[in-house]
Amino acid sequence: MDKADERSLERMLVAAIEGDERAYFAFLEAVAKLVRTWLRRKVTYGSLDVEDVVQETLLAIHLKRHTWRSDEPVRPWIFAIANHKLIDAFRRHGRQPLADSPALEEVEAEEPEVLQSWEIDRALQVLTPGQRSVVTAVSIEGSSIQETARDLGMKETAVRVALHRGLAAIARRFGRT
Amino acid sequence: METNDLIKALATDTRRQGLPLGRAWIAALVVAVLVAAVVFFALLGPRPDAGAALSTVRFVFKFIVTVALAVAAYRLAVAVSRPGGNWRAALSGLLVAPLLLVLSVLLELVAVPSTSWAARLIGTNSMVCLTFVPLIGVIPLVVLLLAMRHGAPVNATAAGAVSGLLAGGIAAAFYAAHCPDDSPLFVAVWYPLAIAILVSLGALLGRFFLRW
Repeated sequence: MDKADERSLERMLVAAIEGDERAYFAFLEAVAKLVRTWLRRKVTYGSLDVEDVVQETLLAIHLKRHTWRSDEPVRPWIFAIANHKLIDAFRRHGRQPLADSPALEEVEAEEPEVLQSWEIDRALQVLTPGQRSVVTAVSIEGSSIQETARDLGMKETAVRVALHRGLAAIARRFGRT
Repeated sequence: METNDLIKALATDTRRQGLPLGRAWIAALVVAVLVAAVVFFALLGPRPDAGAALSTVRFVFKFIVTVALAVAAYRLAVAVSRPGGNWRAALSGLLVAPLLLVLSVLLELVAVPSTSWAARLIGTNSMVCLTFVPLIGVIPLVVLLLAMRHGAPVNATAAGAVSGLLAGGIAAAFYAAHCPDDSPLFVAVWYPLAIAILVSLGALLGRFFLRW
């Protein structure tokens, strides 16, 4: 990534902070790619799933985006957050050393149906039912705020509040469930 | 949940965002100083001859050194609260107050005979200093920790300690208006000890309270 890409990332984030959802979507996609590539170089062995750390980093960037100052470069900020979350993930995994993890057969026996079980899905389970249905509708089903409000019989502001609180709760519980 | 689904949810949550961190820090600083002022005037108040003392260099110096500490600690606090913030640049500012203190101690040792050194160092108010600087600073410390928590410090314990240092600088500046001991020998021994109590408390609270 060169200077021009860095500038375009910064422009996207500035637009996002001013409320441009599409710019924010593009920004987060670019950040996910950037962080995923960086993590794959850093995490070369062990049981840590890179995608978990990507997701946790995206959540942290979202909830802490008011800590970025538009007059400073965005990449050091992104990677400081990613590094913080990577260290956190290493620390958690350190508590469950590989030797103690169950044998492969047991894992398969416990989770026969689930193809991929990510940390975020476990964190999703601790939300209130209302928050969970809003977060699921907006993420997995890809509904808009308006569609979600109509489908769930809620006010739009209530949907926004539930979404925001739900995401904050996921970030708090991430990897700790 | 796939990463792309998460991104959809985050992008839909564009409208709700926190107060910009720079503004949050200014607000926290103003509130912390006001709270320290209220606690100071409620518990101690300035000493009776404070007005006249303003013409003595030792009295005024107490404010110079404590405010220098608070200014440096504030800049460092703002830097450590941002991911990727340039805290190394802000760190050197922390040297100013200790250097001023060392210089003032040397001048004092030259200015007064060695027979009165011990009396000036021990002073009359050391226990009041050790009690009231932490008392004046503890609520400001909580306010500053809230601002720190609004930020994203990558080292929770250090961020807590820096908040304690800032609270200590603010509290010591107010306390200085009350304390009758003006000798740099007194200031160099008891003020850092009193401030260290707030630094330790900040580090301890930060460790648990500033994780994100």
